[in-house]
Amino acid sequence: MSLASARKLWRSGEPFIWLTGGALALALIMVAGLIGIILANALGFFWPAAIVRLTLRDGKTLAGSVVERERIPGATGSYRIKLKVANRDLYGADFVWVDEPEITERTRPAEVAVIERTEWGLLIGTITALREGDRVIATGPAAWEEARTRLPGTVRLRAEIRRVERSDIGGINYQQERMRLQLRGLELRGVTDGPEVQALRARMTALQERYQEQAARLAALRVRETASLVVTAEGGKEKVLPLAQVLDVYFPNQMGVGAKSVHYVAKVWEFVADDPRESNTEGGVFPAIFGTVMMVLIMSMLVTPLGVLAAFYLREYAQQGTFVSAVRIAVNNLAGVPSIVFGVFGVGFFIYFVGGTIDQFFFAESLPTPTFGTGGILWASLTLALLTIPVVIVATEEGLAAIPRGTREASLALGATKLETTLRVVLPAVMPSILTGLILAMARAAGEVAPLMITGVVKLAPSLPIDGTWPFLHLDRKFMHLGFHIYDVGFQSPNVDAARPMVFTTTLLLLTIVLLLNLFAISMRNRLRRKYATAAV
Amino acid sequence: MAGPVQVVASLNPHATAAILEAPMVEIENLALWYGDKQALKDVSMSVPKHRVTAYIGPSGCGKSTLLRCLNRMNDLIDGVTITGAIRIGGTDIYDPALDVTELRKRVGMVFQKSNPFPKSIYENVAYGPRILGVSQRADLDGIVERSLRAAALWDEVQDRLGESALGLSGGQQQRLCIARAIAVEPDVLLMDEPCSALDPIATAKIEELMLELKNSYTIVIVTHNMQQAARVSDYTGFMLLGELVEFGVTRELFTNPRDKRTEDYITGRFG
Repeated sequence: MSLASARKLWRSGEPFIWLTGGALALALIMVAGLIGIILANALGFFWPAAIVRLTLRDGKTLAGSVVERERIPGATGSYRIKLKVANRDLYGADFVWVDEPEITERTRPAEVAVIERTEWGLLIGTITALREGDRVIATGPAAWEEARTRLPGTVRLRAEIRRVERSDIGGINYQQERMRLQLRGLELRGVTDGPEVQALRARMTALQERYQEQAARLAALRVRETASLVVTAEGGKEKVLPLAQVLDVYFPNQMGVGAKSVHYVAKVWEFVADDPRESNTEGGVFPAIFGTVMMVLIMSMLVTPLGVLAAFYLREYAQQGTFVSAVRIAVNNLAGVPSIVFGVFGVGFFIYFVGGTIDQFFFAESLPTPTFGTGGILWASLTLALLTIPVVIVATEEGLAAIPRGTREASLALGATKLETTLRVVLPAVMPSILTGLILAMARAAGEVAPLMITGVVKLAPSLPIDGTWPFLHLDRKFMHLGFHIYDVGFQSPNVDAARPMVFTTTLLLLTIVLLLNLFAISMRNRLRRKYATAAV
Repeated sequence: MAGPVQVVASLNPHATAAILEAPMVEIENLALWYGDKQALKDVSMSVPKHRVTAYIGPSGCGKSTLLRCLNRMNDLIDGVTITGAIRIGGTDIYDPALDVTELRKRVGMVFQKSNPFPKSIYENVAYGPRILGVSQRADLDGIVERSLRAAALWDEVQDRLGESALGLSGGQQQRLCIARAIAVEPDVLLMDEPCSALDPIATAKIEELMLELKNSYTIVIVTHNMQQAARVSDYTGFMLLGELVEFGVTRELFTNPRDKRTEDYITGRFG
């Protein structure tokens, strides 16, 4: 192609269209690829995989589910498979690599059970007996039949134990702590004896008695279920598993698609609604969902009024000039500050300074244990509010700039004051822009992890920021967060390989939550737009 | 002051006219500067009650500025200096003790570009009364209907009062702005080129409306359309470079202008 015709082609605009289209396509492919990887890894996790029994050339047998298949490095043409054999307590590791040429036989034994239990991850093996203490009650298939009738009882028992631990004993502990603090408060004021102190001491003693009662009750509950399952794992090892530790038993090779679907839905629900187990690698992520959503909501409640008011001053009242321009540039650049810096500021200013001061004035009796002087959901939300305030200010300012001058003049010409004009005309008209800013702020806040790690997020929070004890909303509490959960499970857990699917499911969940929050805000914005039919963005 | 309209031409070569009707607005030696730039030079005139008074003149002659002095909209612009006096209904509107919002409630305004609020049709008209403190739904309903009827818009919008005002056509929007302005029952209605963005049919409707409204309101209109001034106004002032060159009965001004510059302008020799 000659230079002239190349020039002509370029001038026709056609190559530029291809260039722009190509850039968009590339961006879409990358996003779709990311979401595809997350979906592919996350969605399959809860599906009960078939259990295969492999007989190897040396006569050894293994049972487990196939997780991966890859070419053996260095060897041509042969593959190896990664088998999840579970039984960490028996074998030492959850996964085994098996070279395919070593395998002589593959079967799918129907009798192999997958048992979910409270510790050590999954147990895969054949149920051979049910014992009560040392006495064998049933053997073979009858053992499972008998165990199945007993399982609902153990579920109820576990719930009962949990209730006693959490509410009864937890409540007593809480009251004792409050009394201890009251005593300490009195002591700080110089009162070490007298009717008040005596009364508190008497109540403390009464509580101590109640505690002993509950502790005895708990001990009695703990020994009530004495039956245990005997499970034979591949390789002949036997495991005696107390029935009280069994959460769920299923036989994947006996399940049809229908049964597997039911199991899948139940597992998804457990993941969303249950507490985590075994240092977060098993169980659900409910506290993390709760913490994430609550933090985003508190952040929204803090950032929206603050950002909107600041934007109103900048655009409606401030004398436009060099100083205001400088402020505007500074606000915009604030969005580029690394989020960890906001975290450090949150720790230094909110936690140590503000929180420390609050503790000194209002919670002096519990010092040196900090109340607000340590990370908590309030400080984390405030830090994120600071992080996202530029987004809200910029969006609101743009909305204000888009409101025609004539609209304001019309209101003033009717005898409205500037304040009435601002509140009755400008504010409703700029509402969609405020919501746009809020949407962007929420998306940013929900995905942020770094500043949270040092301002109040923990790996495992003992209680939610909202619960039944007064004052119900505990802004000083530490909380769990999905973003941090991903980091913790994926890279800090003792068993990273087993926890990897959790990383993807948690990611998918976080994306879903952000999407839902955004859809909610977008639908609200669209409703407002339709109501006012404004042209303002 | 019934009877035939009388006009006494002033001998002042700067062409002020004293009009022997009951004056609603009196302007005395008004001058205005935007910073260093003088936009109005020694304007004196009076606007008679319940008449349509028009200002014509080429772009930038100060006619809109003069109009915006009457409800002190120029206050919103930085660096404006005003000397002279304006009295509306006998009250000096530049009296420092005067509440400017009270003035604007008495002097309504319709702008060149229709500017309905991004609210429903009903809320647009009810906005002014609400500011004045009317809050009973029944009272507001009455005011909205009366204002929309007066602006000849009721029949077109009575079924969709709850819909956004921004969904109306340009002409309807402008009539809505008129309805909004008269909902607070001002004494004077200022119109700043109200038809400049409208097609001829919508323009005709607004003009018809002005003739209707002048029975109840004193109307001051700025227009760059001389035919419009001739059609709707009782009195016309011709402005040029910040001066009021000539002011008089519309028919007189158009058929027998006293000033050479007026004649040149209305015959199309410049402008």
